[in-house]
Order: sequence, then C-alpha cells, then structure tokens
Amino acid sequence: MYMKMLLLRQAYYIFQEVGRSLKRNSLLNFAAVGTTAISLFVLGVGMLLVINTNEIAKTIESDIEIMVYMRHDLAEEDAIALEPVIGRISGVKETTFIPRDEALKSLVKRLGDELDESVGEQNPLPDAIKVEISDPHEVNTIAAEIEDLPGVESVRYGGQDFVKKLFSLTNWVRIIGLLLITLLGLCGIFLIATTTRLTIFARRREINIMKYVGATDWFVRWPFLLEGIILGFFGALLAVGVLYFSYGALIAKIQETITFLPLVNSTLVLLRIFQGLLAVGVVMGAVGSTISVRRYLRV
Amino acid sequence: MISFFNVSKVYPNGVKALQGVSLQIEQGEFVFIVGPSGAGKSTLIKLIFREEMPTKGQIYINGRSILRMRRRDVPHLRRQIGMVFQDFRLLPDRTIYENVAFAMQVVGARRSEIKKRVPEVLKMVGLANRMDNYPPQLSGGEQQRTAIARALVNKPSTIIADEPTGNLDINTSWDIMECFQKINDDGTTVIIATHAKEIVDSMRQRVIALENGKIVRDENRGVYENALT
Ligand SMILES: Nc1ncnc2c1ncn2[C@@H]1O[C@H](COP(=O)(O)OP(=O)(O)O)[C@@H](O)[C@H]1O
Ligand SMILES: [Mg+2]
Repeated sequence: MYMKMLLLRQAYYIFQEVGRSLKRNSLLNFAAVGTTAISLFVLGVGMLLVINTNEIAKTIESDIEIMVYMRHDLAEEDAIALEPVIGRISGVKETTFIPRDEALKSLVKRLGDELDESVGEQNPLPDAIKVEISDPHEVNTIAAEIEDLPGVESVRYGGQDFVKKLFSLTNWVRIIGLLLITLLGLCGIFLIATTTRLTIFARRREINIMKYVGATDWFVRWPFLLEGIILGFFGALLAVGVLYFSYGALIAKIQETITFLPLVNSTLVLLRIFQGLLAVGVVMGAVGSTISVRRYLRV
Repeated sequence: MISFFNVSKVYPNGVKALQGVSLQIEQGEFVFIVGPSGAGKSTLIKLIFREEMPTKGQIYINGRSILRMRRRDVPHLRRQIGMVFQDFRLLPDRTIYENVAFAMQVVGARRSEIKKRVPEVLKMVGLANRMDNYPPQLSGGEQQRTAIARALVNKPSTIIADEPTGNLDINTSWDIMECFQKINDDGTTVIIATHAKEIVDSMRQRVIALENGKIVRDENRGVYENALT
C-alpha cells in the first residue's frame, strides 16, 4: 500500500518532468518523431506490399490449369478414354474433356468471321482435356507425367512463370525493404538517443542534485526512458495515420480501374499491421533512450 | 555515527588523496575539517557520501559498511546525509520553495507533508519571506541558506558542507555558521570542511586537520592552526 502511494506520487513527478523536456527540445523532438515515422511508414508500405503480392500470387496460382492436347489422328473415343487415366494421377483435382468441334466454335466466337473463312471446312484443332490440379507447385511434375501418356501430343500450362516472377519480386521487395527499414530504423533510434542525451545534458544540474538528495537510479532514469517511448509512439502513430489514409485512397483508386485485383483490405489485417508498427515504435523509443541513459547517466 | 578505519584513497591517476585515515564522529557532534588546498578534505567527504569508494580500509555510516553496501541501498544512505556545497547548486528556474520541495519529491514524500515541511525549514533558515523568489534574485548568503534548507528538509542525521562559505564575505559567512550551529543544537551531526580560519578559531568546536592526505591533528575545542606548528 505504502509502495503504491509512493509510486503514484513519483509517477506524477515523472510525468511533469517528461512534459517539461518535451516542450524544451521541440525541434529535435520533431526530427526524432519524423524519422521514426518515416522508417515505420516504409516498414508499413513494405508489409502491405508483401501481403498483397502474396495474395495476388495465391489467387493466380489457384487458377492454374493444364491443357492437354491429343494427337491429331487420335480417335475421339480414345481421347475420352484418356480422361479417367489423367484423373487418377495424384494431385489432379478435376478434368474436363473439350471436343475439337467445341474448341473451334469458341475460337470462332472469339476471333470472329475472318477465321471462319480461312479455315473453311477443316478443323485444325485437336481434342483437348482441361486439367485442374490441387497444388500449383506440382504443376511441372503432373504435366510431365501427362505428356508421357500415349496419344498425348502436348501439354500447356500458363500462369506459372508469372507467379514465379511475382514471387521473386516479392523477395526483392522484402530484401530492399528490410535494408531500408533497418537503415531508417537505426536513424530513428539514433535521433531518439540524441534527444534523450540532450535532455540529460539540459538537466544535468537537476540529476546531480537528485543524486545528492538520494533519488534511486530508476527514479532518475524513468523520465528519460518515458520521453523516448513517447517519441517512438508518436512517430509510429504518425506513420500509421499516413499509411491508413493513403492506403485507403490507393485501394479505392485501384479497385476502380482494375476490379479483379485481389487487394487486402480487411480491417483485421490492417489493424494487426498498425498494432505491430506501434509496438515497433515504442520499442525503438525505449532502445534509443536506453542507449543514452546507460551511456550518459552515471547515477 | 561515522567511523573510518585506516582509510586510503588513491585516484586512478595515482594521486594519493588520503592515507591511513582513522576517525570517529559521534551523533550530534560539530566538526570542522581544515587543511590547505589539496589536503584531501573533499575526498574525505565524498567517501562518507559514497560518491567515491576507498582504495583501502573500512568505513561505517550509522553502523553500515560503505564497502559492503549494495548499489540500490546507496540512495537510502544519502537520505540520511544532507549535502551543502560551495556553489549552492540550486535550480535557477525554480523558486526557493520549489528548490527545497524538490528534495522531498525525489524521495516520494506526500504532498501534504511537503506543504507543511518546506515552509517550516525555510523559516528555520530565515527565508520564510523569500519562498516565491528565484535563486538569482537572492544574495549569496540567502542562496546558501536555501541550500541548507534543502539539505535539512528530509531530516537527515548528518549535514555535511564542503567549503560552504567559500564564495561568501565574512559577515555572511558568520550568518551561515550560525545557521549550522542552530541545526547542530537540534541534535544533527554537522561536518564542515572550511578555510574560514577566524570562524573556526572563535567557535571552538572539534577540529580535524588534514595535510597531504593524513590527519595531523584532531582536537576538541580546537583552532584552525596549532600555534606551535
Ligand atoms: N577525481 C579526482 N581524480 C584525480 N585526482 C583527484 C580527484 N579529486 C581530487 N583529486 C586530487 O586529490 C587530492 C586531494 O583533493 P581534494 O580532496 O579535493 O582536496 P581538498 O578538498 O582538501 O582541496 C588533490 O591532489 C587533488 O588534485
Ligand atoms: Mg575541496
């Protein structure tokens, strides 16, 4: 009970001190908050980019299908007979037989009459089987297996290259983003440490007196730690605010033009990211001020 | 009570500031520490306060060993000792009241307690009417009395002053010494390192004389210089 009262009374004093020093170093505070905000903003942008590319890649991958084209001289019954054989291959989810006539019809429909004239009565298309698979990563092996079946002329599948590129892009985003974030994060921590150091310097008389009248180490340190944490928190808050509004605007703009792009816009995911950024900001502040407190505050 | 047993202090640069010092100061004593510049007076005070650690020997303050004390117990040691310096060490941007109250805030005193105690000590040192002034508005003597009030406010068992009148003229110095005498009359131990020969000579208190880090004289009812040396 006594300890609690003591803490409360000292907490009042500590907050008073933090207020004083935040007012005093306004320019440097601004720089520290700004740098922290920029680094966390970049971190946020990086996170949003990565989760969005992941989302897009996933959607494209789930659309991957293999088209199996039969030899031209294969009879339709033999082609139909191949369908259950393909269906039994492990990893195959669904198969659809597409007769050559139907393929031609849809081709004509797509390309119009000009094709009709040039082709005439002859159908140059083979029978085909559309194969859907359950795991997009197995597309290579499944396609190879199908290609070995008798009567199969060729297999074709799309999307894979794009997904690969997208993933390597995501990796680059990760690497560059990580470098940038580390660099900016260090700048933020450095500036918070500098702010704290200047505050310690500005208050060295007071600290000296505190020591002589018997203040505990923690009582002397708390205001400085708190100052750093507050700077980090406000930096993060600024980053989150800017990120929230600019991302919202960006999403609205994109979905106006490219409606099918599956962008992440769930409040839950965004909230998670923002919470994470705030936590990182607070940790940056604590680390920055701790560095200075440890180095310059020999109590 | 303060006890030194064969205490030596060698600074990292090799200066032997104290050599084999032994002394005892009982609760309620009034002690002058005298000696030329560089004799080791300030070092002796810093050891009592545990700002410096002895290189050799043992120091007890109110029954507790300075050497064996844990770091987190040091603040509690310092709360039993009020410090006064030559340069006053007041915060210029706070009023006299706030400067004294600061010492109580730091140790977590109740607000009602602070409101009651601060005017009380300020009255004791004769500054009851200057509470709302800032240190630069006060004379040197008044500033030093503010510092004494701050040292006294947490009711320490001992007041230690390192050349408290070094920046003051002789009349003001007398006021300050009278102030210390009053504090001592209430049972607080008072230890003063000083150069003020006249005052030491006329107050006839215990005098510990240091020279080159050694105690050369320790007399009750002593004077600044021994007539024979
Ligand atoms: N922090 C220190 N580092 C090195 N030498 C010191 C330090 N403090 C004091 N000294 C030396 O120790 C000796 C005693 O100093 P001090 O105790 O301040 O004497 P006094 O207060 O009697 O003038 C002097 O020679 C001084 O230069
Ligand atoms: Mg000295």
